[in-house]
Amino acid sequence: MASEPVRNGHHLLRAKDLADARYAEPLTVGDLARAAGYSRGHFSQEFRRAFGESPHAYLLTRRLERAAALLRTTDYSVADICVAVGLASVGSFTTSFVRMYGLKPTDYRASFPPASRFALIPWCLQRAYGRPQHRTFREDGAQPSN
Amino acid sequence: MPYQIASYQVFVPDQDEALDFYVGKLGMEVRTDVTVPEMGNFRWLTVGPVGQDIAIVLMAIPGEPMFDAETVSRLKDLMAKGVGSAVFLTTDDCQAAYEELSARGVEFQEKPEERIYGIDAGFRDPFGNHFRLTQPREGFGG
Repeated sequence: MASEPVRNGHHLLRAKDLADARYAEPLTVGDLARAAGYSRGHFSQEFRRAFGESPHAYLLTRRLERAAALLRTTDYSVADICVAVGLASVGSFTTSFVRMYGLKPTDYRASFPPASRFALIPWCLQRAYGRPQHRTFREDGAQPSN
Repeated sequence: MPYQIASYQVFVPDQDEALDFYVGKLGMEVRTDVTVPEMGNFRWLTVGPVGQDIAIVLMAIPGEPMFDAETVSRLKDLMAKGVGSAVFLTTDDCQAAYEELSARGVEFQEKPEERIYGIDAGFRDPFGNHFRLTQPREGFGG
């Protein structure tokens, strides 16, 4: 029993939780393995056995899902989104994104209405901020100047 | 009930600084961040905890014509004195959350302590909005 450190997957779950919580940081599969207390090679094998996919794929898809959400719901640049989900290279981000979504990040964004149209900005704010501001009307001229 | 809370507004004098804190330190996710030209470049910025379908609106303090300069100044003064919003968070493990958030640079003014209702700690955002982080004892809630 003692030679089998993880039987219930608890340690592996810790690695998965780390990927979920810290994907925005430059986290690697090595970091996940350390969190689970495994050697890198053994970890990938055990993770796949427990969750049906490799830790690399899990971490990457977690990041790509968030990137897709940010493309739909923000007006951040692709480069900023790449960094925001913990990836360093825009080139490999784009390649992975195309493989997953079948579109380049910019084309994916363009396939949705602009984020500001989706945003649930309450009417009271639209009314307040949408009012024309700093306009001079003709009647202003009729008032005595200070 | 025929409604749910979707989001709750917290005033922040600086939205970029707020983003650094709420996402970079508290570990929340950006839900929406859009700047709307037809609303005078109003920025709708919302964040929320991973896995929970509720958002905090990080609302810039509006200037003229909504709030005059004196109101803005008084509001900032009051916030600096702690008369801002309060957000009450719960966690399964207050000590672990305290350690993780401290390591990320969140400054707690109250470290985890035993209360009748559980263990809790307190911190503020950079503008004085107050947060409590509570690990409720079994049977306590609401």
